[in-house]
Amino acid sequence: LAHGSGGKAMRDLIDDIFVSNFDNPILSQLEDQASFNLSNLLQQGDRLAFSTDSYVVDPLFFPGGDIGELAVNGTVNDLAVSGAKPLYLTCSVILEEGLAVETLRRVAKSMKAAANKAGVQIVTGDTKVVHRGAADKLFINTAGIGVIPSGISISTQNIQPGDVVILNGELGNHGAAILVARGELALETDIQSDCQPLHNLIETILKACPKVHAMRDATRGGLATVLNEFALSSNVGIRLEEESIPVREEVKGICEILGLDPLYLANEGKLVVVVAKENADTVLSVMKSHPTGKDACIIGEVISSPPGIVLLKTVFESERIVDMLVGEQLPRIC
Amino acid sequence: MRIEEIRVRGTVQGVGFRPTVYRLAKAFKLRGDVCNDGQGVLIRVSGSEENLTEFVAKLQQESPPLAKIQELSRTSYEGEFDFDDFVISSSVSNIIKTEIVPDAATCPQCLQEIFDPFSRFYRYPFTNCTHCGPRLSIIHAIPYDRHNTSMSVFAMCPECAKEYRDVENRRFHAQPVACHICGPKAWLERADGKPVTASMFSMMDDVDAVCTLLQKGEIVAIKGLGGIHLACDATQEIAVEKLRQRKKRYHKPFALMARDISIIEEYCTVNAKEKELLTSPAAPIVLLQKKVIEIKQELLIQHSIASSVAPRQNSLGFMLPYTPLHHLILKRMNCPIVLTSGNLADEPQCIDNDEAREKLNKIADYFLFHNREIVNRVDDSVVRVVSEKVQTIRRARGYAPATINLPPGFDRVPQILAMGSELKNTFCLLREKEAIVSQHLGDLQNAAAFNAYQKMLNLYLNLFEHKPEAIAIDKHPEYLSSKLGKELACVNQTKLYFIQHHHAHIAACMAENSIPLNSPPILGIALDGLGYGEDGTLWGGEFLLADYRQFQRLATFKPIAMIGGEQAIYQPWRNTYAHLLAAQLWDTCQRQYTELGIVKFLKQKPLKLLNQIIEKQINSPSASSVGRLFDAVAAAIGIFPEECSYEGQAAIEMESLIDINSLNNYEETNNYHFDVVFLDNIYCIEPAPMWQALLNDLQQQIPQKTIAAKFHKSLVNIIVEMVNLVRQEHLIDRVVLTGGVFQNRILLEKVTKDLQSLEINVLTHSLVPTNDGGLSLGQALITAAQLINN
Ligand SMILES: [Fe+3]
Ligand SMILES: [Mg+2]
Ligand SMILES: [Zn+2]
Ligand SMILES: [Zn+2]
Repeated sequence: LAHGSGGKAMRDLIDDIFVSNFDNPILSQLEDQASFNLSNLLQQGDRLAFSTDSYVVDPLFFPGGDIGELAVNGTVNDLAVSGAKPLYLTCSVILEEGLAVETLRRVAKSMKAAANKAGVQIVTGDTKVVHRGAADKLFINTAGIGVIPSGISISTQNIQPGDVVILNGELGNHGAAILVARGELALETDIQSDCQPLHNLIETILKACPKVHAMRDATRGGLATVLNEFALSSNVGIRLEEESIPVREEVKGICEILGLDPLYLANEGKLVVVVAKENADTVLSVMKSHPTGKDACIIGEVISSPPGIVLLKTVFESERIVDMLVGEQLPRIC
Repeated sequence: MRIEEIRVRGTVQGVGFRPTVYRLAKAFKLRGDVCNDGQGVLIRVSGSEENLTEFVAKLQQESPPLAKIQELSRTSYEGEFDFDDFVISSSVSNIIKTEIVPDAATCPQCLQEIFDPFSRFYRYPFTNCTHCGPRLSIIHAIPYDRHNTSMSVFAMCPECAKEYRDVENRRFHAQPVACHICGPKAWLERADGKPVTASMFSMMDDVDAVCTLLQKGEIVAIKGLGGIHLACDATQEIAVEKLRQRKKRYHKPFALMARDISIIEEYCTVNAKEKELLTSPAAPIVLLQKKVIEIKQELLIQHSIASSVAPRQNSLGFMLPYTPLHHLILKRMNCPIVLTSGNLADEPQCIDNDEAREKLNKIADYFLFHNREIVNRVDDSVVRVVSEKVQTIRRARGYAPATINLPPGFDRVPQILAMGSELKNTFCLLREKEAIVSQHLGDLQNAAAFNAYQKMLNLYLNLFEHKPEAIAIDKHPEYLSSKLGKELACVNQTKLYFIQHHHAHIAACMAENSIPLNSPPILGIALDGLGYGEDGTLWGGEFLLADYRQFQRLATFKPIAMIGGEQAIYQPWRNTYAHLLAAQLWDTCQRQYTELGIVKFLKQKPLKLLNQIIEKQINSPSASSVGRLFDAVAAAIGIFPEECSYEGQAAIEMESLIDINSLNNYEETNNYHFDVVFLDNIYCIEPAPMWQALLNDLQQQIPQKTIAAKFHKSLVNIIVEMVNLVRQEHLIDRVVLTGGVFQNRILLEKVTKDLQSLEINVLTHSLVPTNDGGLSLGQALITAAQLINN
């Protein structure tokens, strides 16, 4: 692709890639905006959820997914963790001059597939081509709208001491897969990214237990960051059991050699659910019977003190503080 | 006849000072009074010139053991004076400048009482008086009165109350005074919760039974003064090894306690200074050189210390009993016992009975509990003597929170709070003329330690009525102490100062050596694990020309990648590999030195991957750390190449290998050589030639201990060389040695000696640790200097 593709032919080409792929009634109208019928939305709930996120990943394609799938699932998940049913997405793309048209096609196709799988429509979009070096290959921004059914109230401020923390599966697969996929490291594994939509699992959970206290997908910054946000906004402590946190052996191996902590590794399909203790069994069993949650397990509990702090009870039985990092993992031991 | 007003400043309140004044005044038949006030103790007294002079002299000689007179001034008194006698007047309590005295070991008089069958304190484990007993460990608010301590639940019996009120008694106003009738009690429990049976009992009592249990090889958790310890017989290998396995503390040396010095002397040499420390009211753990015992003699010694007490170390940490409880347990014990902190792995020690029942029941076989609550955890202090000078390695029980005088120029400092480091944390409160450094609080990444840190901060701020105008933190963005400091500054709207780690180390050393505020810059050599540098990189081998306000970085060690970040601290081989790569010697290793143990070892590691993570800078920050250089060398010569269980272990074990006497025998030419390059405007020490020579030595199968000795000596030489080099451009007549690496005795002694022979005045630590435990003092002083400047 060439920069400054003001030329109609080129613009048409790009637009066509997306429009033909995303093909749906709203998009096909090709207006400057998407419009939808409010009464339809009102039937599904009483509040809108609205979210946006930008996706920059290197490499664009990695085991278990690609940037397109990530861009759809990421926003779907951000909507879904509020309890919302995700409905419509936007898609805005920034391309670096020189990107192969074929690459773009693949990404668009994969976005479409992800959207279908998640049951959402990509209803409006935009593309820009910038100078070589002004962007790295391809950036995607998606925004999304969903509807929150009435009676659902999920917030990071609802967490109570005594609650339990449930996770739907192995930590760090995405982060590790990306590290490996960059091909810069002499690492050979078959770790796949966990990139997946979570809305269906969430819907199942909420059906079984509408009183979920808090929910979040653990993406960048990992589980550690999500739990710290929980602890801070609910002013509670959270204690994790190191032994019960599922981490793949290969991921553990990579972390050991690189000195990384899996608690801070990125995920793209990991759901953290906080529920009252009496609901834990119900939630756990419905999660386990769902394909996206079959490895679900309880990883910790909510405690009243110390407030605002996440602790990890290590295999040595001592309790370490799992802090929110200001920057990257940086040695502190003098 | 003269009437005088005598003003006494220092540690003179709550230590039995007024009764001493009273007793002496009576003896000299003087009239007048004595009282506590905001500045200390005020005496108004009339007598003959001669009598008064003698009275003052006696007062200084006979001041009670815990008192510390800093200043005594006499002026003639002109005011109203009508006393027929000498009396203790009630405190003038408008602005009392509070001072909390450290906990103190049992005094000789109390000791005598607990072993005197006719004393009412016979075998009473909580006997104390104004000269000894718990202080910081039991207080939760000011003023230091019984109702503000954990003694508040014990009402004094008439006998105790009588002694408490009697001016002539040693227990006059001794807040924790107690006896069998009215005070706390100790009892034995089984860790498995079953009742204690008769077979465990001794003729005496539960406390005495502990001795029997220890002799039988059991592990007993003992609740002491500032925390709960785990004890076992130090001469029974099986018991000590059992303790190591259960506690999951596999290598770090255990501290020992022995009944008396003569037992200690069976195992260690104890010089006069060390004896003085052992028997001082602080009663710290003193690191002592192990005696070199001929094998033949060893067989003659009945109980040799189990080798797992301090594996591969040439020193042992000993302390003497410091509470009546410990004295009573050890009365029949003719050999040393292990007395290590009662905790899981890296946790701070337990202080509460229930907590211990929960956390230690799989480690201890028995508990000896008591019902005097430990309000504040106070660990055992650790000290040693290096070249006749006391060095504090861990400053806690017996030392904290005694005040440290500030150097000239800092008389009028605003109140400042310095948050300290991440590991070996202490914090520091600065107020007029003095600094108050907290007891050692440990590793803040540990939840219980961080919790205690916050609790202690609040306690100290309340006890000392401290309202900081400024807060000082380390520049490291991830230190929990720095994050908390930022938060406090934000909430309280106080000024916040970011202090560079090594500058703080240097300032702490300057402060305790009384370097005045406006002195010309001093060359500070700060060698440690690592600290956050001015430029955002990690530092750890710094030569800084510094005063309290600023510094200029003159020289450093070549930055080397820490492969895998913190992993490099626990896996010393990572540093060896990084150093060999940086010295461009790894290729040579693969060609020329293929048979070396370390080369074979490294070849089994995923080296290609490691090269890549260095190159791509994935979690492999560069650090000019001398601590890591030590690790690299230690692993290269075969000490803990794989993994060590605490930071600095490999370096410590390497130092222990060295025979100090042999150190001076090597020809100068036999030493390794470091290059110095001038880069980016600073000198940089390049260790490549040292590595080349070291590999040669390994190839020629030069013994481990010889290589270790040569490395130490070479490091000393390059440090001295560097001082000479920077001396060409800067006036340098004083050098500060600081940072955790200077816990290395050989390095400290030799660098000191060599610099002194160049007529350089060498300043080292004594009151506060050279490691990060001293950091908060330096942070506070630098902040004070900035504020005074403005
Ligand atoms: Fe340091
Ligand atoms: Mg997101
Ligand atoms: Zn006493
Ligand atoms: Zn009594």
